[in-house]
Amino acid sequence: MSPASVNDNEVDIVIGAFRSDLTSFMEEWRPIFSRFHLIVVKDPDVKEVKIPEGFDVRVYTESDIVKVVGSSKASLFSGYSSRYFGYLVSNKKYIISIDDDCSPAKTKDGDLVDIVAYHLNNLKTPATPFFFNTLYDPYQKGSDFVRGYPFSLRSGVPCALSCGLWLNLADYDAPTQALKPDMRNTRYVDAVLTVPLKSMMPMSGVNIAFDRELVGPAMLPALKLVKEGKVRWETMEDVWCGLVVKTVCDHLKLGVKSGIPYVWRNEKGSAIDSLKKEWEGVKLMEDAVPFFETLRLSRSSVTAEDCVVEIAAAVKERLGSTHAVFVSAAEAMVEWVKLWKAVRSLDH
Amino acid sequence: MASPSPVTPTPLLKDELDIVIPTIRNLDFLEMWRPFFQPYHLIIVQDGDPSKVINVPQGFDYELYNRNDINRILGPKASCISFKDSACRCFGYMVSKKKYIFTIDDDCFVAKDPTGNDINALEQHIKNLLSPSTPYFFNTLYDPYREGADFVRGYPFSLREGVPTAVSHGLWLNIPDYDAPTQLVKPRERNTRFVDAVLTIPKGTLFPMCGMNLAFDRELIGPAMYFGLMGDGQPIGRYDDMWAGWCMKVICDHLGLGVKTGLPYIWHSKASNPFVNLKKEYKGIYWQEELIPFFQAATLPKECTTVQSCYKELSKQVKAKLGKVDDYFNKLADAMLTWIEAWDELNPSAQLPNGK
Repeated sequence: MSPASVNDNEVDIVIGAFRSDLTSFMEEWRPIFSRFHLIVVKDPDVKEVKIPEGFDVRVYTESDIVKVVGSSKASLFSGYSSRYFGYLVSNKKYIISIDDDCSPAKTKDGDLVDIVAYHLNNLKTPATPFFFNTLYDPYQKGSDFVRGYPFSLRSGVPCALSCGLWLNLADYDAPTQALKPDMRNTRYVDAVLTVPLKSMMPMSGVNIAFDRELVGPAMLPALKLVKEGKVRWETMEDVWCGLVVKTVCDHLKLGVKSGIPYVWRNEKGSAIDSLKKEWEGVKLMEDAVPFFETLRLSRSSVTAEDCVVEIAAAVKERLGSTHAVFVSAAEAMVEWVKLWKAVRSLDH
Repeated sequence: MASPSPVTPTPLLKDELDIVIPTIRNLDFLEMWRPFFQPYHLIIVQDGDPSKVINVPQGFDYELYNRNDINRILGPKASCISFKDSACRCFGYMVSKKKYIFTIDDDCFVAKDPTGNDINALEQHIKNLLSPSTPYFFNTLYDPYREGADFVRGYPFSLREGVPTAVSHGLWLNIPDYDAPTQLVKPRERNTRFVDAVLTIPKGTLFPMCGMNLAFDRELIGPAMYFGLMGDGQPIGRYDDMWAGWCMKVICDHLGLGVKTGLPYIWHSKASNPFVNLKKEYKGIYWQEELIPFFQAATLPKECTTVQSCYKELSKQVKAKLGKVDDYFNKLADAMLTWIEAWDELNPSAQLPNGK
């Protein structure tokens, strides 16, 4: 890969901290992260966060959150949604966000996978959502558009979101991991590709990056499971966010890529224990997916904010009667856009 | 979720699969494929001069058709089969009596995977065809039915059964399948990236299908795999597989069938002359700008429940909407109908509704 050049000042790395001692996590990522500004948002149940020396890092606690958004809105940023506060207060163009239970992966040659370089390469090269290229991302070195790819579509569209993957523990749901407790993802698929227009996908918050200027308002905390827990098996906030942001990207003609880079995901939690909880998230998806499948936004929605507000109204109208959690999600989306605009206006 | 399967050996399907090979030169390449191809029946479609004798290496079970045979078997309908173009291969699909087809070009050889082992392309195609596709929701870990993979968190459970796979589209190491302009600009570029993935192309998404390394379920989608009018007497070449791919994908999307792309890789050894290619593709490069919106917008009525009825309906739309781009498309639309007539004549019993 010949990565696009990375300017330190254009990146924020946002981590939602679920553990107090981030020392080993930060040390593992030091070779890759130390150049950049980090935003760590502490989950309220975690006591003081411990971070090693040598990083340019700002830690936000619940009182910081209350100062910025007010106490009534602070609950938007609890649990796995804490990182969204980092997105809100960042003023950088690109955000990279990973879970605090991930380590850098290694390539076949044994080098650390520099997720920042790869994600930025994905974001800085166009996406191609209107026609599938069988050699995957044509903008990668050594690749190109294949015979039969229309020339008018070869300039692509800006890439707004880059979804990375995971070696070792893939982001499976609890039933899958419980059924196959020893299954580990050992397959390094050396490709990134654009997720086609209108194709929906399950976004995993474990390893993502996005262009905050393009889709910041759509990277939102909204769907909170009643029994949301401290492990990914017990969340759906990222999956919902992914459905929203993909809808927004499709409407605004922006691209979403999926594939490299990989992170190495470590053991955390018990799939069997998570299984004992009600499969709330699983049931919700059965309603959410058909809704997003048929959702069409109006031509008058021309910004990410407009799109989110329109989607929220549709969620309330069409999904609200199915489950109260959708009503809360719709309200949270509207609140988020208000907060986003408010914080932006403070910058001017 | 994908059911936890122990690694069972892939069935050979040797009595259910034909290998269709168009050729105008020779079949020397078969020697390298012998360990993998020998159990299967080959259908050789000999293009060009029918008086030339094509040697088939010893030990292969095959039937060979030259232009005289095609004319004899199809009579006036032979007009739909291209001459002096590898598009003639689709005649092989029509005369086959098997459930599955694998087609490969005669300049494609066995590739090696990153561990240095020979890739059995046919075995991978069979795996792809025998496992479901997932066109309705994108799985970020690619084909969830492969060993070592599964559906990721958030993938709706109601979609985890998938749909039957109609087409398996393989890729190529070494000489990539570029168009002439790209070849001219990057004559030395080689595809060295082995991407260890198979994935379903989502519903509603079109792609450029390459006929060099392709397998399909003839019973599910055969009649849609017409490779068009190319070559001698035609204004265009190197768009045969593209045309088939776009028609096929619209029909698969309509009938709820899946299309996979990715593994297996073959080693593509011969780079065709880019100047010759440019002459063949030239019109296609312009026409494609009209064709793509046409196929993207194409819808088929609910009443079309068989591949043949879908295909005939498509040919009507081709005539109505593309006839004005060039008269070639009027001829092509007629040829599409001729193809279906010929297909049904040669395959009389296979008129069952497809897909569900």
